[in-house]
Amino acid sequence: MAKRIGIEVSIALAEAVKLANVDVIAAYPITPQTHIVEHLSEVVANGEVDAEFVPVESEHGAMSCCCGSSAAGARTFTSTSSQGLLLMSEILFIPGPMRLPIVMAVVDRALSAPISIWNDHQDIMSQRDVGWIQTFAENGQEAFDLTLHAFRVAEDRRVSLPMMVNIDGFTLSHVVEAVELLSQEEVDQYLPPFKPRYRLDPRKPITMGPVGIPEVYSEAKVAHNEALKASKKVILQGWKEFADLFGRQYNPVETYRSEDAEILLVTMGSISETAMTAVDTMREKGQKAGLVRIRLWRPFPGPEFRKAAGKAKVLAVVDRCLPPGATCGPVGAELRSLFYKVPGSPKIFNFIAGLGGRDVTVEWFEEMVEKATAFAKKRPKELYEVIGVREK
Amino acid sequence: MKEVRLHGRGGQGAVTSAELVAIAGIDEGRFAQAFPSFGPERRGAPVTAFIRVSDSPIRTREKVYCPDIVMVLDSSLPSLVKVSEGLHKDGIVILNTHMKESEVRRAFGLDSKLAMVDANTIAREILGLPITNTTMLGALLKATGIVGKKSLEHALDRRFGRLSEKNKDAMRRAIEETIITK
Repeated sequence: MAKRIGIEVSIALAEAVKLANVDVIAAYPITPQTHIVEHLSEVVANGEVDAEFVPVESEHGAMSCCCGSSAAGARTFTSTSSQGLLLMSEILFIPGPMRLPIVMAVVDRALSAPISIWNDHQDIMSQRDVGWIQTFAENGQEAFDLTLHAFRVAEDRRVSLPMMVNIDGFTLSHVVEAVELLSQEEVDQYLPPFKPRYRLDPRKPITMGPVGIPEVYSEAKVAHNEALKASKKVILQGWKEFADLFGRQYNPVETYRSEDAEILLVTMGSISETAMTAVDTMREKGQKAGLVRIRLWRPFPGPEFRKAAGKAKVLAVVDRCLPPGATCGPVGAELRSLFYKVPGSPKIFNFIAGLGGRDVTVEWFEEMVEKATAFAKKRPKELYEVIGVREK
Repeated sequence: MKEVRLHGRGGQGAVTSAELVAIAGIDEGRFAQAFPSFGPERRGAPVTAFIRVSDSPIRTREKVYCPDIVMVLDSSLPSLVKVSEGLHKDGIVILNTHMKESEVRRAFGLDSKLAMVDANTIAREILGLPITNTTMLGALLKATGIVGKKSLEHALDRRFGRLSEKNKDAMRRAIEETIITK
């Protein structure tokens, strides 16, 4: 039976990996991901799960090792953050087209320079186009549930793609909160054993990842892209069956008090809960504000987002990443593109908030709504604003 | 919802005691969060940790800016850090101190309700160490009742195993010795 306990979110996520009966974990420690891999190394050493823990020499080695073990047919997990994710970058592009269903927890953290160990989304946004399925958790329960969902979806033969679950560093990863942990029997009901269609086997040799000459390269890239887009069906099915079994329903985008909202905040990750409180506060003051939270980032759920947010007059889109020299943040750009020249679509304003661990507060969300409302009347010069920056 | 800010020094267990309170609250079927101030953890440096306990789901991940309760584990901190910063007007400051109320108010400029216990002495006598986090949990229980004594003892048992008896003794003695002012 499921058990509701107070547990650190990192440990809850690691417990999900254990309950998934993982075969190989290859990881290198980096703040704030550390507690996940520390816990996994403990449970492997204690014999609580029959797995290999490979203490690699770097994140580049971690992802290389994961590619190898996944190709050999092993259920494979790793986790990293920030500079570690960047050191993986060369290899991150490989498991997608090679259709290797590695699962990774990315504990989102800022990038140097200046050195920052604290949370934002600059690390993951720099690796946005690696061709993995990407989800974002809002709380500890989601961190646990989405990790199980990731194994289920990634390894489904109709998908066979790597999948990452993002959790915000510290502001989510290091919080002790209530999480309902599923039992082994319950997880086994949801997650079948990994049976890859092809695997590296000396008795039946095949080649994986050979050179793609110009005559086949485009086809290989398109096939990967098509597979990523088509994975949405399985992602939704994975969530539906999770809800049927355990009662918690997840959707690609979630709405909060959005039905009659004129202005919608758009968030991703753990700031969404604070944003709900901000919406409640604004509603009490008579403002028609609501919220849309993006859970599935890749493949981007365009139709679902249009349905959730298309009726609002204004969107105040929050990014946790400042791409230098760009027209706006990555989520802002995604939504502008989605609504481009769609008749009657909302006006979109982009706010960049909470860089390098700066707290994102209820007051800030109220400020964003106020500013976006004003911008809707008089278009500002810039399409985005970085919130909460001290001028002096 | 009750919001708590803990002040301690790295290594004194402020984060651990925050976690124990949250776990106890969750065990009671309620909702709770505990989290550190996310700095690089250095032994001896001033640190803060936060707790929220609520009867309904907690929908915020802000730091605690206006605590109902401030608990200070280290007796040297109130002269270095403004521990009452942002304290709710009906809030309480729980101090580890051997000083009298009038001395505390004069020395640290505190005008809120106070709870005071000489946790250094209790911890040294019972645990043999000046680590005051579990002792101060006794003061927190007596002054606020934020969680139940039984659920907190249960959380201590699970965290400390065979060391939990002494920690529970220190906590119980603090419950007896804590003085609460108006």
